[in-house]
Amino acid sequence: MNTSVKRADIDDIEVDLFVRALQQRHGYDFSGYAPASLKRRLQNLVQSGDHESLSALTGRMLRNDALVPEIIAGLSVPVSEMFRNPGVFAVLRDEVLPLLASYPRINIWQAGCAHGEEVYSLAILLEEAGLYERSQIYATDFSDAALARAQEGIFPIKEARTYSENYLAAGGQRTLSDYYHARYERIKLDGNLRRNIHFANHNLTTDGVFCEAHLILCRNVLIYFNNTLQNQVLGLFRDSLVRGGFLCLGNRESIDFAPAASAFTALNAKARVFRLANHA
Amino acid sequence: MPETLPPTAVVIGCSAGGVHALGTVLSELARDIACPVIVVCHTGSEDVEMLREVLSFKSAIPVQEAVERHWPQAGIAYLAPAGYHLIIERDGDFALSVDDRVCYCRPSIDVLFESAAAAHGARLIGVVLTGANDDGANGLRHIRAHQGLAIVQSPDEALAATMPAAAIRVAGADHIVLLADVAPLLNRLCCP
Repeated sequence: MNTSVKRADIDDIEVDLFVRALQQRHGYDFSGYAPASLKRRLQNLVQSGDHESLSALTGRMLRNDALVPEIIAGLSVPVSEMFRNPGVFAVLRDEVLPLLASYPRINIWQAGCAHGEEVYSLAILLEEAGLYERSQIYATDFSDAALARAQEGIFPIKEARTYSENYLAAGGQRTLSDYYHARYERIKLDGNLRRNIHFANHNLTTDGVFCEAHLILCRNVLIYFNNTLQNQVLGLFRDSLVRGGFLCLGNRESIDFAPAASAFTALNAKARVFRLANHA
Repeated sequence: MPETLPPTAVVIGCSAGGVHALGTVLSELARDIACPVIVVCHTGSEDVEMLREVLSFKSAIPVQEAVERHWPQAGIAYLAPAGYHLIIERDGDFALSVDDRVCYCRPSIDVLFESAAAAHGARLIGVVLTGANDDGANGLRHIRAHQGLAIVQSPDEALAATMPAAAIRVAGADHIVLLADVAPLLNRLCCP
């Protein structure tokens, strides 16, 4: 065996030991994550925390509960931007919301909400479509730190320009600044947008169905899962949607190898908007 | 010995001037190249479809956008999708991430190179072409640490010298060559 193979193998053993220790000691299961991106995030945690190695972090994590929130934050859904990929929000506005409008009450689940950029985008979309009063948005994440941030609805002001451009490109009818107050270096979204948003802790890898949804938004979360876990979570989404309900994934996500994907048909393949087949 | 085993992948990184440089390399590649050619080119645009079309016009081999969970095939050039890091899993499959930018870039050359080095070890060839920042230098260092081969375009000749110069400074190189010589070298190393 040559030295390069050994080196990569040692890295893999370290990642494997960390994952097992975190699961047994603190109950978080990362065994279904795609290994390469997980390894990269763990390397970032080791560097940012000034640990000598991943094994050193594993040892500290076993004995020090205070490290866990930082680890979970480092391994959770990365921050997004408001109306990221505006074309997708335009599709939701033009092709999905008109169909949702026929329901007396609309349940939307955003799985993996990170700091809330897309939850507030959704709320604005619904508001402008005149549907928000009868909508409930369930925004979930498995990181309590992320949920707390999302609940605040505060973002750096340097992002405001991108957010505004995205909003207009998505077909926004006003100006985004109608929905936030700028103060110092930050923008705070109008608290009124939060009136029908429910933030809750939910872990896609271990928790089950908790609502009957008409639309599930889960963008760029499944890319971090291996094929088995991706399929399991697609099954969870299938079981959580009403018949004819909608699923929106990230722009470059592939569900080509997931058996559970057979329950869905593409409504708009480019925007990765799928619909649960109507049959019983 | 690992030296005698043929390469299983070629990874290429570039930014400023990269479209022209890639066109030159891809146009001269042999059709029977026995491994995939995986490319990160910083463009800053919303998607790489335009880049794909431009390169397809010149390239001797098919040019496709990399799709997550799919396995890269020999004789095809793959482009990283815009806005995502392109990662190679240990089993060789493509994976994507939207984690933080690296060297202000997503996709980042370093992220592709480091993951490809872990997956392909000594059977990887890394190529750094023209570019205006130092993304790729650390990745190339990883490739060499895993006994892979490093090819860098001569900075004297590159449209933007920063990227190849940084690669040579940080990682060193097995071959420093003129742009016109990159494809013939790859053909010699990667064809049956």
